[in-house]
Amino acid sequence: MAAQSLDYHAWVSAQPLVIVVDQVSKQFRLPHEGVHTLKERALHPLRRTGYDSLHALRNVSFDVTKGEFFGIVGRNGSGKSTLLKCLAGIYRVDSGAIHVDGRMSTFIELGVGFNPDLPARDNVMINATMLGLSQREARRRFAGILDFAELHDFVDLKLKNYSSGMMVRLAFSVAIQVDAEILLIDEVLAVGDASFQQKCFDEFARFRKRGTTVLLVTHDMSSVDRFCDRALLLEHGHVAETGDTGRIGTRYLDLNFSSQARTAEQNVAAEADTETGEQSARVLEPEPAEPVAEPTRFGDGRAEMLNGWFEDGDGRPTEVLHSGRPCAFGFRVRFHDHVEDPVFGVSLHTPMGDHVLAANSQKMTPAGAFAPGEEVVVRVRFDNILAPGRYDASPAVARLNQGLAWLDHRSAWVSVVVAGTHAHEGALVNVPCDLAIERQTDARVSNTGSG
Amino acid sequence: MSAALKTPAPGTRVRGPTALGDDWRRLVRLTWTLAATDFKLRFFGSALGYLWQLMRPLMLFGILYVVFTQLLDFAGSERFFGVSLLLGIVLFNFFGEATGGAVKSILVREQLVRKIDFPRLAVPLSTVLQALFNLGLNLIPVLVFLVASGGRPRLSWLLLPFLIVVLAIFGLALAMLLSSLYVRYRDIEPIWEVVLQALFYTTPILYTAEMIKVKAGEEALRLLLLLNPFATILQSSKHVFIDPSHQSPQSLVGNGALTLLPLAAILVLFVVGYTVFAREAPRIAENL
Repeated sequence: MAAQSLDYHAWVSAQPLVIVVDQVSKQFRLPHEGVHTLKERALHPLRRTGYDSLHALRNVSFDVTKGEFFGIVGRNGSGKSTLLKCLAGIYRVDSGAIHVDGRMSTFIELGVGFNPDLPARDNVMINATMLGLSQREARRRFAGILDFAELHDFVDLKLKNYSSGMMVRLAFSVAIQVDAEILLIDEVLAVGDASFQQKCFDEFARFRKRGTTVLLVTHDMSSVDRFCDRALLLEHGHVAETGDTGRIGTRYLDLNFSSQARTAEQNVAAEADTETGEQSARVLEPEPAEPVAEPTRFGDGRAEMLNGWFEDGDGRPTEVLHSGRPCAFGFRVRFHDHVEDPVFGVSLHTPMGDHVLAANSQKMTPAGAFAPGEEVVVRVRFDNILAPGRYDASPAVARLNQGLAWLDHRSAWVSVVVAGTHAHEGALVNVPCDLAIERQTDARVSNTGSG
Repeated sequence: MSAALKTPAPGTRVRGPTALGDDWRRLVRLTWTLAATDFKLRFFGSALGYLWQLMRPLMLFGILYVVFTQLLDFAGSERFFGVSLLLGIVLFNFFGEATGGAVKSILVREQLVRKIDFPRLAVPLSTVLQALFNLGLNLIPVLVFLVASGGRPRLSWLLLPFLIVVLAIFGLALAMLLSSLYVRYRDIEPIWEVVLQALFYTTPILYTAEMIKVKAGEEALRLLLLLNPFATILQSSKHVFIDPSHQSPQSLVGNGALTLLPLAAILVLFVVGYTVFAREAPRIAENL
């Protein structure tokens, strides 16, 4: 991808800007009591209607260069759809300005104006007109549209008899026939079957070659990662960050998963109740950690695990581990009794109970004797090859002299979310591997020979 | 990229939706497509199709005709009573479709309004256009009846299209006003139903202007014609199209200049309707 090449920034600065968004704000008024009838107006002519203001966008600024694939990501309610609608000219902005250079086409929804009672032929013409083609242009492109959608055999079938996949194919085919220099796309990638999706992706690649500028609005970071050169992260109507996709992806996943972000969000929303307060205290100050739910715990109490945590490669406690980076699980143990040669261990498993990591100090040099009051910190460092998802850690302290004796064991004590921007292949762990394909020139000969 | 922001902003500014948009051809195309599609869909799946479009006013006409000629003898010696009744019904039908249909038109097109940027005026305009299609069809039986009852082509028939254009402008004025107000005030719908009912009975459709003159006096008739632009248009249509025995509003009012008053009222209403619509247009998508 061009995005990854080193001279990308040089390339970008040589291209003209096609979209400039300057300090755009948009506010919605949500009336307390809907004054929807003239009667209410007539009875209370002087009462000013109270309303809540919803700041959907606050001073959003960014620009997009010609030929760029630009992603706009954000969680639900972050304002990304509002931003798209402002760009598309469906909403008027309250303040600020949006400048666009070039013919723009918007796919906020595929198949705008589709009517289930009409055959595909009519719907294509209607939809094309809605998207801005003239009748003549639409007729000229008709064959191309059906070719792309692979629906030649169903052209006279009423749309209500189409499967949803067919409908999407038809709609997307019409949409891409509109020769736009700038495309605004709102999460249309999530639909259609795999082979059609691949076609759409190929089409995106062609857009890129033609120099079409594309703005993709989505909450799916992996498609942003796959296509976009740059991205913008929206949070509560603010631009949280603009930059290269990798950084935005990391930031986005942090926002999504870390309770720190959740708490921050709740603080913003001014919904701080006591429970949230406790949570935030826990997050900001990792010790002493309270487990989310009291898990099963057993042991004779001669040693006590005080707290456990996950940390990133730099030793910072975290609740989100990023795929492919070094990280560690650590726990602090205090001895209440004289203990000789204890064994420390931890196992990591999914909530379904699949163990993905087990480590203990049994085979190591004996740890020696500990006096009451003494404390140790145990760390298990590993490269995070885990697939994205939630994992629980069950640490333990034990003695192995005569059979196994638990000093302290807590199952599913600490939880962590592994986040990855890349789609993984479906395995529990991404074991580093090489895949080699070696063509066997005499395979057929040997096959027939053996058969 | 912040350095790039300082360069002058390129291209055109996105100003959000407006009533007219910036490409009139797009407005025309969209209006046509919307109207044509709806027209096509209207009687989709019914065996008689477009025939129903003709049947509806004809059936109403049949009932009224029987009641008012056989039971109530409104016709008297009037030779063209039937045709003028039919013309009245057909024109009123158009007016009712154009305005009554426009009330909810934006809500009906919600999907479009919320999802694409297009000249918002296309919505009420297409409602009026669709009503015009129907009017065109419905005028055919009127013509057939007229010829059947002895009417012969006259030069004044050429004035009928002009009157229909004025009526369409009147309808569009109200369509713009009603459709944009309905976004904010949902009670426009029942109110307008009542207004249309009132209009039907205060217009010389079931009766003739001459009957008012005889029974309620010249002053009442004058008032009716001056206050009700639809009545003026209908009376003019009867005069130019059906038979000169239907007096023109000018001669009924007795003052040619005064009959320009309804025309002026229509133009004022058009300006008001457009102004209101244009003011509401940018925020229709979010107010819905």
